[in-house]
Amino acid sequence: MAQKVLAYIDNFNGSATISSWEALGEARKVAEALGGGVGAVILGQGVEGIAREAFEHGADEVLLADAPGLKDYRPETYASILAQAAKQSSAEAIILPTSGRTRELAGMTAVDLETGVTPDVIAFEVQGGAVVATRPIYGGKLLTKEVCLKARPQILTLRSRAFPKPEPTAGKSGTLTRLEGASEAKTEVVEYKASEGGVSLTDAAVIVSGGRGVANNPKLTPPAEITDEKQQEIWRAQQGFAKVRELAVVLKAAVGASRAAVDAGYIPYAHQVGQTGKVVSPDVYVACGISGAIQHQAGMRTAKTIIAINKDAEAPIYKIARFGVVGDMHEIVPALTKALKERLGR
Amino acid sequence: MNIVACVKQTPDTAATLTVQGGKVSWGDAPLVINPWDEYAVEQALKTKEAHGGKVTAICLGPEQAKEALKHALAMGCDEAILVSDPGFEGVDSLVVSKALAAAIQKIGAIDLVFCGRQAVDSETGLMGAQVARRLGWPSLSLVAAVAALDPAGKTITVERMLDEGRQVVRSPLPAVVSVTKEINEPRYPSFMGIRKASKAEIPVWSASAIGLDPAPAGVLSWPELIAPPKVEIQCEIIQGGSPDEIAAKLADRLIQEKVL
Repeated sequence: MAQKVLAYIDNFNGSATISSWEALGEARKVAEALGGGVGAVILGQGVEGIAREAFEHGADEVLLADAPGLKDYRPETYASILAQAAKQSSAEAIILPTSGRTRELAGMTAVDLETGVTPDVIAFEVQGGAVVATRPIYGGKLLTKEVCLKARPQILTLRSRAFPKPEPTAGKSGTLTRLEGASEAKTEVVEYKASEGGVSLTDAAVIVSGGRGVANNPKLTPPAEITDEKQQEIWRAQQGFAKVRELAVVLKAAVGASRAAVDAGYIPYAHQVGQTGKVVSPDVYVACGISGAIQHQAGMRTAKTIIAINKDAEAPIYKIARFGVVGDMHEIVPALTKALKERLGR
Repeated sequence: MNIVACVKQTPDTAATLTVQGGKVSWGDAPLVINPWDEYAVEQALKTKEAHGGKVTAICLGPEQAKEALKHALAMGCDEAILVSDPGFEGVDSLVVSKALAAAIQKIGAIDLVFCGRQAVDSETGLMGAQVARRLGWPSLSLVAAVAALDPAGKTITVERMLDEGRQVVRSPLPAVVSVTKEINEPRYPSFMGIRKASKAEIPVWSASAIGLDPAPAGVLSWPELIAPPKVEIQCEIIQGGSPDEIAAKLADRLIQEKVL
C-alpha cells in the first residue's frame, strides 16, 4: 500500500520513545492535508509489539522489519531500509522524532534519496503540497522557515515535546507489511553502558537544574580527609546537587545542569542543558543557582514555566522566569521540597 | 594515520543576532571556528600524537573562512584546505556533504575524519552522517570517547552518547567520527602555532577542482527568517521572612496557577 507520509518509530530495548508518538500524530495531520494515509516504520528486533501501539496511535499501516541483524541500532543498515520503504511507498514526507539516533538516520536516508532534511522542527504548516517547517537556529536566537520544494520525500525531525502526543484508540488496527531485512552492518555494538541520569532530559515534563551555585554553601565543612581545594568544592557541589535531586524526586523530574556546573566537574555532561548541551522544552523548569547565561537560555527558554532560585537579584534568569526567589538555594530548595511534598502528597 | 578534521566558521555564540533585509546579521561580533569543531581538531591532533601521521583541516566557506582554518593550523594541524566557490553560498546540507566528501576523496587515502556534532549557526547536526554516507563509510556520531584505535588492524572503538546511555561501537576504518564536548579539552593555539598559521598559504579548491557542478543545486529553501519577538515576562518575586515561609508561598502559587 502506498502511504503519503511515513512516521519513523524510534525505539530502544523494545520500547518506542514517547516522542515517536508525537511524530506519528503530526504525520497523521500532514497525511490528512495531503489526502493520504500514514505508514509507521518500525525497525529492530523483538519490536512487533510496538506495531499494535502504532496502530492505536493513528497508523494506517505498519511497515515492520524485525530481524536479529537489526537488534542494535546501526545507522547504515537502518537508513537503507528506511530509504527503501520510502521509495516503495512513494512517500511525500518522512517524519521522525528527534533523538541521537534519528538525526543521523534522517541525514543518511536523505543522502540515499537525494532529498532535504529539516531537523528540530517546532511548528509547520502544509502549503501547496509541501510542509513548510519552522526550526530554531543560532541557539534559538532566530527561527527559520524551511521547505523542500525540489525533491521528495521531505524529511523532518520534530523536536521532542513541541507537539502533542495523540491519544491512543484502544483496539484500532491496520495493515501490517513486512520490510525486507537489512544488509550486513559494518559496525558492531560491543555493549551498552547505563546512563547516569534517571528520566531522559528531552522527554521530561519537569526539570530541576543546578548551576554554579550548588557548590556555594559556606555552611558546609568538607570531611577532613578531603584536603585538595578542588575536591572540597566538588564535595560541596555534590551536597548541593543532592538537594536538587530531592526536589526532582518530589516533582518526578529529570536533573539538569548548567555548563558552569558541568565544566567545574560537579555533574556529568549528559545532564548539561544549553546551547552546547541538551535543548529541552519541559512544562516546568526549576533553575537552582543558575544565573542564566544566554547559552543556557538557548537550551531551556521554551519551557512553559521557569522558576528561578538565585542569590543574585540581577541575574539574567529572572528576565525569563515566571516565578523567582532571591535567596540561598541551599535553604530554599530543601524548604520547597518539603512544602511541595506536603501539598502534592508525594 | 591520515586524518581530516572538518571545521566551519560561525559567529561567536555570544553575538547578538538580528534579521537585516531577510538575512542574519551578527553586527560586529567576531567570526570564530565553530566551537564544536575545536573538539574535532583536538581529537585529530591527539590521534596523530598517539599514532603518528598527518592532520588536514578542511572547511567549506567563503575566503574569510580561512581564519577558522588558521585557528586549526595554530592548534597544530599540518595542512589546511578551503573548499570555496561562489556557487556554494547558501547551499543546504545535501550540497555541503557532497562537496566535503569530494574534497576528502581528492585528498585521498584518509583513515579517519573528525567533525563536531553540529554547527552553532545552522544547528542541523547532519554533516558528519551525510559525509559518511556519501563516502560509504561508517558514521560514528555523538562520540564522547575513543575507547580503542588500532591503525594496523584498521578498527576504532568508540563510546556514543545516546539518550538512554552510552553505546560502545566497534567500526572498521575509514570512518567519520563526530564528537561531543566530553571527548577532550581543546588546546589553545600556541604562540609559535599562531605565527606559523599566520604565514600559511591555504590552498582553495573550487567546485570544479573537486569535480562538482559550479552551481550545485540544493533542494531546500528558506522562505522566511524570524527574529522571535521578545516576550516580556513579569517575574513574580516571592518574598518572606524565612526560607520555609518563602517555600510555602511559592508552593501555593505554583498550585494556584496550575503550574504543578
